[in-house]
Amino acid sequence: MLDKNGIAKRIAKEVKDGYYVNLGIGIPTLVANFVREDISVEFQSENGVLGMGPFPFEGEEDPDIINAGKQTITTLPGASFFDSATSFSMIRGQHVDLTILGAMEVAENGDIANWKIPGKMVKGMGGAMDLVASAENIIVAMMHTNKAGQSKLLERCTLPLTGVGCVKKIVTNLAVLEVTPDGFKLLERAPGVSTEEIVEATEGKLIVEGEIPEMNV
Amino acid sequence: MIKKTVSGVVQALEGVQSGMTFMLGGFGLCGIPENAIAQLVKLGVEDITCISNNAGVDDFGLGLLLQKKQIKKMISSYVGENDEFERQMLSGELEVELTPQGTLAEKCRAAQAGFPAFYTPAGYGTEVAEGKETREFDGKMYVLEPAYKADFSFVKAWKGDEAGNLIFKGTARNFNPCMCGAATITVAEVEELVPAGTLDPNEIHIPGIFVQRIFQGENYEKRIEQRTVRQRA
Repeated sequence: MLDKNGIAKRIAKEVKDGYYVNLGIGIPTLVANFVREDISVEFQSENGVLGMGPFPFEGEEDPDIINAGKQTITTLPGASFFDSATSFSMIRGQHVDLTILGAMEVAENGDIANWKIPGKMVKGMGGAMDLVASAENIIVAMMHTNKAGQSKLLERCTLPLTGVGCVKKIVTNLAVLEVTPDGFKLLERAPGVSTEEIVEATEGKLIVEGEIPEMNV
Repeated sequence: MIKKTVSGVVQALEGVQSGMTFMLGGFGLCGIPENAIAQLVKLGVEDITCISNNAGVDDFGLGLLLQKKQIKKMISSYVGENDEFERQMLSGELEVELTPQGTLAEKCRAAQAGFPAFYTPAGYGTEVAEGKETREFDGKMYVLEPAYKADFSFVKAWKGDEAGNLIFKGTARNFNPCMCGAATITVAEVEELVPAGTLDPNEIHIPGIFVQRIFQGENYEKRIEQRTVRQRA
């Protein structure tokens, strides 16, 4: 089974040379730590920066340079700043190659819910609806089950949707799955996790074809 | 040169009344019009509608207006950093319209650019699209979103000149440029106000035509919401 860093490490393998990548808050943010150093990648933060670097050294924080999580950051050579409309032109216009974000629920048809729990958590969608509606390449990073042990990979989402039919790939603590027209297709197992355990933890339709390889992390 | 300077925040907010709709720039506490917000608190205007990506924190930014219950309605994309906001929303005292961030930016930009509405894929198939016109283009579904209408835009820039030309710094740019010229009156507060001719015309982010009033801001606090640092090796 993978921990949060393990999920991030596995997703980092999906980041290719020349990609512009938008990372959501939570596990997706960790992906930046594991991207190969011999490839060129630029991270976009939707509040208006491309070419995001690591956190600043203590004493060098600049209140005018933050990421979408409102954290102080730095920029790398080649970085740029822009306004919010331009930022979402990059996203809506499909200039960003890969979007990695978290989810509360994903359905077997690619629907995603990650912004609202009625009556409990109503903080807003931020940029998530724009991101999922436009990105061609979306990877969801999440735990396979919620804190109550219930599957987050469902036949249909029960929470208010963020977007419809948009998720292509899911990396969880248990598995790598692809969303196909026929349901979730199991691609890889996390180290030490059996196919049976994944079947057990998946409520939506799971397609298991032949021997499922253990992932390489 | 058409001069846009006013002597200070008091003159800059002349004409502001209860019941009006305001656009306020900023992302979190980054690039917010601190002086204009402080003056709105001082003026005590009530029943206002605020279009702003976030709602500040409990004791800063738009949180200051929420504390005084001056806001009737908030139009935002994310409001998760403010307990007072949540309390007023859950109790029904505060009306809240949550809008996807890119749609919010574009609704401002559309008002600036003279578009009455635009189609966006964001929110299609979700509760955001309920009751809205949808249309298919090239096999993909889109939602029709109207431009915002507002009485005042309050923006914050890094540098500005007497002609109202603005330059922003870092990610403090965010929604500020999109809101310039998107309301009847745009008020810009700047950290550094310089004579016309000082700024290089090649470097201007927002031309002064989009700004009606500009003033030298004071006492910027520039609070950091999430101070994250790394250790030196």
